[in-house]
Amino acid sequence: MTVAEMIHSLFLINHAGDIFLEKHWKSVISRSVCDYFFEAKEKAVEPENVPPVLQTPHHYLISIYRDKLFFLSVVQTEVPPLFVIEFLHRVADTIQDYFGECTESLINDNVVTLYELLEEMLDNGFPLATESNVLKEMIRPPTILRSVVNTLTGSSNVGDKLPTGQLSSIPWRRAGVKYTNNEAYFDVIEEIDAIVDKSGTTVFAEIQGVIEASVRLTGMPDLSMTFMNPSLLDDVSFHPCVRFKRWESERALSFIPPDGNFTLMNYHVSSQNLVTIPVYVKQNICFFETGPCGRLEITVGPKQTMGKTVEALMVTIHMPKAVLSANLTATQGNYSYDLATKVLVWDIGKLNPQKLPNLRGSLSLQSGAPKPEDNPSLNIDLKIQQLAISGLKVSRLEMNGEKYKPFKGVKYLTKAGNFQVRT
Amino acid sequence: MSTIALYNDQGGAEAAVEAGQENSSSTGGAAFGLFSSDFKKNEDLKEMLESNKESLKLEAMKRVVGLISKGKNASELFPAVVKNVASKNIELKKLVYVYLVRYAEEQQDLALLSISTFQRALKDPNQFIRGSALRVLSSIRVPIIVPIMMLAIKEASADLSPYVRKTSAHAIQKLYSLDPEQKEQLIEVIEKLLKDKSTLVAGSVVMAFEEVCPDRIDLIHKNYRKLCNLLVDVEEWGQVVIISMLTRYARTQFTSPWKEGATFDENNDKEFYDSDSEEKKDTTEAKPYIMDPDHRLLLRNTKPLLQSRNTAVVMCVAQLYWHLAPTQEVNIVTKSLVRLLRSHREVQYIVLQNIATMSIQRKGLFEPYMKSFYVRSTDATHIKTLKLEILTNLANEANISTILREFQTYVKSQDKAFAAATIQAIGRCATNISDVTDTCLSGLVLLLSNRDETVVAESVVVIKKLLQTQPTQHSEIIKHMAKLFDNITVSMARASILWLMGEYCDRVPKIAPDVLRKMAKTFTAEEDIVKLQTVNLAAKLYLTNSKQTKLLTQYILNLGKYDQSYDIRDRTRFIRQLIVPNEKSGALNKYARRILLAPKPAPVLESSFKDRDRFQLGTLSHSLNTKAAGYQELSDWPAVAPDQSVRNVEVIEPVQEWAPSVGKTKKSGKPKSADKFYSDDEEEKEEEGSESSKDDSSSSSSSSSEESGSEIEEESSEESEKTSSDSGKSSSGSEKSSSESESEPKKKKKTKKAPQKKSKPPAAFSDSDENGNGPIAQASSSSAESSSGSETDSEDSDPPATPQKKKKDVKSKPKAEVKSKVEVSLLDLVDFSPAPTNAPKSSAISSSLLSDLEGLSLSNISSTMQVATPSFGPVKTYELLHHMTGKGLSAKYHFPRQPCLYEPSMVAVQVILTNSSDHSLEEIHIGERSPAGLNIHCFNTIERLEPEASVTVSMGIDFSDSTQAANFQLCTKEAQFSVSIQPAVGELLMPSSMTEQDYSKEQGKLLGMNETSATITMATANTSRVAISKQVLSVCNMGEVPSSQNNVHRFAGRTVSSGALVLVCLELKESSTALLTINTEKSVMASMLLRDLKQPLVQA
Repeated sequence: MTVAEMIHSLFLINHAGDIFLEKHWKSVISRSVCDYFFEAKEKAVEPENVPPVLQTPHHYLISIYRDKLFFLSVVQTEVPPLFVIEFLHRVADTIQDYFGECTESLINDNVVTLYELLEEMLDNGFPLATESNVLKEMIRPPTILRSVVNTLTGSSNVGDKLPTGQLSSIPWRRAGVKYTNNEAYFDVIEEIDAIVDKSGTTVFAEIQGVIEASVRLTGMPDLSMTFMNPSLLDDVSFHPCVRFKRWESERALSFIPPDGNFTLMNYHVSSQNLVTIPVYVKQNICFFETGPCGRLEITVGPKQTMGKTVEALMVTIHMPKAVLSANLTATQGNYSYDLATKVLVWDIGKLNPQKLPNLRGSLSLQSGAPKPEDNPSLNIDLKIQQLAISGLKVSRLEMNGEKYKPFKGVKYLTKAGNFQVRT
Repeated sequence: MSTIALYNDQGGAEAAVEAGQENSSSTGGAAFGLFSSDFKKNEDLKEMLESNKESLKLEAMKRVVGLISKGKNASELFPAVVKNVASKNIELKKLVYVYLVRYAEEQQDLALLSISTFQRALKDPNQFIRGSALRVLSSIRVPIIVPIMMLAIKEASADLSPYVRKTSAHAIQKLYSLDPEQKEQLIEVIEKLLKDKSTLVAGSVVMAFEEVCPDRIDLIHKNYRKLCNLLVDVEEWGQVVIISMLTRYARTQFTSPWKEGATFDENNDKEFYDSDSEEKKDTTEAKPYIMDPDHRLLLRNTKPLLQSRNTAVVMCVAQLYWHLAPTQEVNIVTKSLVRLLRSHREVQYIVLQNIATMSIQRKGLFEPYMKSFYVRSTDATHIKTLKLEILTNLANEANISTILREFQTYVKSQDKAFAAATIQAIGRCATNISDVTDTCLSGLVLLLSNRDETVVAESVVVIKKLLQTQPTQHSEIIKHMAKLFDNITVSMARASILWLMGEYCDRVPKIAPDVLRKMAKTFTAEEDIVKLQTVNLAAKLYLTNSKQTKLLTQYILNLGKYDQSYDIRDRTRFIRQLIVPNEKSGALNKYARRILLAPKPAPVLESSFKDRDRFQLGTLSHSLNTKAAGYQELSDWPAVAPDQSVRNVEVIEPVQEWAPSVGKTKKSGKPKSADKFYSDDEEEKEEEGSESSKDDSSSSSSSSSEESGSEIEEESSEESEKTSSDSGKSSSGSEKSSSESESEPKKKKKTKKAPQKKSKPPAAFSDSDENGNGPIAQASSSSAESSSGSETDSEDSDPPATPQKKKKDVKSKPKAEVKSKVEVSLLDLVDFSPAPTNAPKSSAISSSLLSDLEGLSLSNISSTMQVATPSFGPVKTYELLHHMTGKGLSAKYHFPRQPCLYEPSMVAVQVILTNSSDHSLEEIHIGERSPAGLNIHCFNTIERLEPEASVTVSMGIDFSDSTQAANFQLCTKEAQFSVSIQPAVGELLMPSSMTEQDYSKEQGKLLGMNETSATITMATANTSRVAISKQVLSVCNMGEVPSSQNNVHRFAGRTVSSGALVLVCLELKESSTALLTINTEKSVMASMLLRDLKQPLVQA
């Protein structure tokens, strides 16, 4: 007999390996099933290395690791693993959305709300309501004021209205939205993913973008957004609200937005376009053949910044295990070396093109340990305000269906995504 | 009191400990400070639950739920809790539900007390209360209420509210797992719900279908088209379930779209069989494959979902295309899959696993995205290993140099397990691509001097395997390893080398005894593992060359006899008995030679994903590589399609729908376009009958409206006989799907079909006329493919081409149309067939590659100027041979701007050969060339190129730094075509990376005669740094030099052939003039380059 469900049980496990929440959508499965997971966790050393899919004699364990917590689901039959993984991430997103952060203590503080949420998100192991707008109509997120009022009056967090969204053909938007200030803001955020090799040549570079929206508009507004240069967009994925057909025919985003914050679209910029790399990094890290020490020197300079200032510049290096300590001087910003994780972080801040930031000094190695063979690679973080590095520009944003004039705004931001310099 | 006593008996001590934890760690907040011991706690909770105050009850229930969430026992509170099931407070009620669902199974009798409450709630006027009552009722796993549940489900399935009907679909699965006896009755409900037109219900009922009766495929027939059409508007989780189910359905109902020859790997024989049996049936002529319009409908309606934000949906569509789409259409999913790699680590893991399986069968799919699989040092180990696997799968002759260079970096990784995996991967590349076997081997040999034991051991093992595969050719390497032997200290590596010496002692007859001599000297100081292999070597040499080695062997055996390790003493004793004949040794002695020198099978170096394709992609079974419980095999295509008419829908029963009030208000306020997209059941119903709504409902179902529109246009404007069979078919498909909502009688459809059938032969005829070839089976299917190409095309370009013109394009030159598209898609559309594996081995070892691999060793050579990898620039494609002149063979070429694999002085050229004819072309190769001394590295002869197939081959041409065209003949078995490749001067360069200082220094050396310059007026759009570098790099293959001045742009490169330095400098002056300077000793090139560069910079 096949057991008729997808996700049977969910366990939340903290970094130390304690189960601090369990929820079963069918008959109870003993938490001893997690022992198989702990075994795998032990073997993997790093929590990131735990295989997301595990097989036990009677169950399958599918887990995600996020914000230092494991979300472990138990399934008994064939199911697309991505289905479960995607759902678990939605659970984590919802926790973040409701409680601000996804941490053990916050979950413990709000365990009843979370339980109510989980009850609504899944019926018999099959996702029921995962849209934030729908959930928020049924279960209101806790606020300080309300929790005080609730303890005094005994009133509840549970909405007494019907979740109208779930019943309509636009499940992501609730009915009867009202604002005195109608505003629609969009952030175009682009991330540069790059691998730069030792000689400074770009081995691989691409731009991934996302448009985050924050829309607070009364009624049922119908928005459309057009771009000056939509041909830049090579591959896209949309929030379900976007009408795909309009995109196909006119390259315009046409949608009835959800209420509040949401991700409107993700895109990939065509690799036919040159990817501008805003900074260059000159580095020299070497370990001496004799004696337990090494030398490090890093300089960061602007390469193609399109006349903008590079901010929040940060260099992170995962040092070889043998590196004991670092004795460095930075001409700008601060550096720190975490002895336990062997991570060197140099927080530079704003990049001054006149006076290039430089970090130099010596590294001391564990005596007796062999000289590390490989030099560690550098991870670069940076931000450039008011710039979409691909050159993407929103040309127009229009609203139909409602009479009022909303405030509209588009902001651009470029960040380093997975930006790695090999040494 | 009795319940508490019981509880204490069960686990008093444990509970006390738990209570302690509870207070300190969990569920903070004022309420929890109220109690201190567990005795009091439960007493306290019970009192609170039985009090009259709602707030106290709620507080108590919250704490109870807290207990449940910690996995603690709260079952003794059941009587107190269940009393509150009828509470007016919704939150309290919900918490009681949570409790009930958790403990009802354990306290069945008490649970029954709550049932009447739910029965009452099932009749509530509020649909939400009805729904949740059914949800909880069906979640109470008490067998005695099965009849009540059955009744409730039946009623709810006819509820006016789609929300309640959805809940009933979920309840079906719960009831089925509680009591499988109810299956037949439940199937009836499923059958009814499958007819439901609400997008809300569709996903849930298909889920119930999959759980209860996945084998009742007959229930799907009548709902197939509706499900396809609703799909876009179903919520994302439901989409996954429906797509999976439809994948299975399609594999039982349609014939294979994989034509013979155009298929890949394993499917070949099966396909062959399939088409065979078809041919037998069809006696008149070889029947071309025509896709069932319903099959096409499914593919078309799932395609937009590739843009979903839900990764599970994207993966699901990808697997659908993989298992159902014609081979040449699968490539549309690759981009989306690669996109998923930006998602969470766990998503990456699953997607990479699937790509690994796909890339084994179809390298071409993911080759353009190779760099997306480059490993980052921050990736988790399992992600790294999967990426490595995929890169190895993608390796072919054209990209191997790039891949091997990338592998160099990985070998040096701090993650030693990963470094070892990389060495394995190099080994696999070496066996798969014969061109680089030697290079890889030498690279691996260099790794033997690595410091890390894992790396050395792995290298030796891989070398050993490689040598075992082709032992005849590699005595050189064995000799080399013997030479290295003195310097290698890692005992594992020493042992492996000794084993190789012994195994192939006949290939190194002079060296082996000498190695043994050396070992005799150091024997006592060696590690055990080395000693054992020394004994082995001695034994093998004794058997083959006893004259030279007899004494040495005896000496070693004597040493071994008194060794400290008993292992070695044992082995020595055994070997002595085996090889040295004496009176005591028995029959074994005769066979010593055969025992010790038995041929050992070469280990196979193949992908661990080799046989994963037995599982459907995207499944748990695929991920685990083992059959998971409840996994349903994907059936093979039927040889003959089952009756198509079963999917025709005759009558649409008018169902009165409960229309939500929101929907109504929304409708009135919403613009027209919104209606189209968010099609809903009630909307469909209302619009039904009105002329305009027909299009709406069919287009809302995602069959792109302009698509079907243009096709219909075609049909009407052209004479209907001329319509290519496919467009006719697919338009009839949309016709049919719309007819479903029109409630068109079946008869009309029949009459529609007839003329289409007739139109087929003429279509094939006209096609063959234009090509000048005889009518052949594939002709009409090729136009089928091209019309599908034109579909995507019309989506891209806004104004659709006039039907007349489009028609012509479609028919006469499908490929040319592809070319007119944006260049991005060029690679996507070309269908890569796997590179010929039995390619003759090229004897030329690429010296550049060898030097690449030398980098594997520890020495970090860094010179100031290095040849850099090309920056990302647009790739221009040129026509080499038009298919009209080439009798169906067309060829295009482009410069990949990579260092040439074959010789460093050659320019790499990639040629895409496409067979546009209707028969396969054989023995495509390069014939005579001129000028006579022209140095070309030809591609290997392509034995066979199927119609519509393309293959990308790479060549190397030494242009000797001149733009003189390279002329050669492109030959097939039947014909020869003279073609020529004339390189733009910019393609004769290689980018070079250098610092600004070096640039100035080099520029200083190249003044006077070596300097060419011009002042140009720049187009204003071109003055940004990005625009300039884009323009310059599009013209020539150079590297950008970082510049400290904002108005000066510098580029550096070297000529490919002679390596002469070429420096380009663009200095912006005021009022958009600029000084363009080129410094090089090749003055002819300089002036040509100047001319080429001026043009794009001046132009807008």
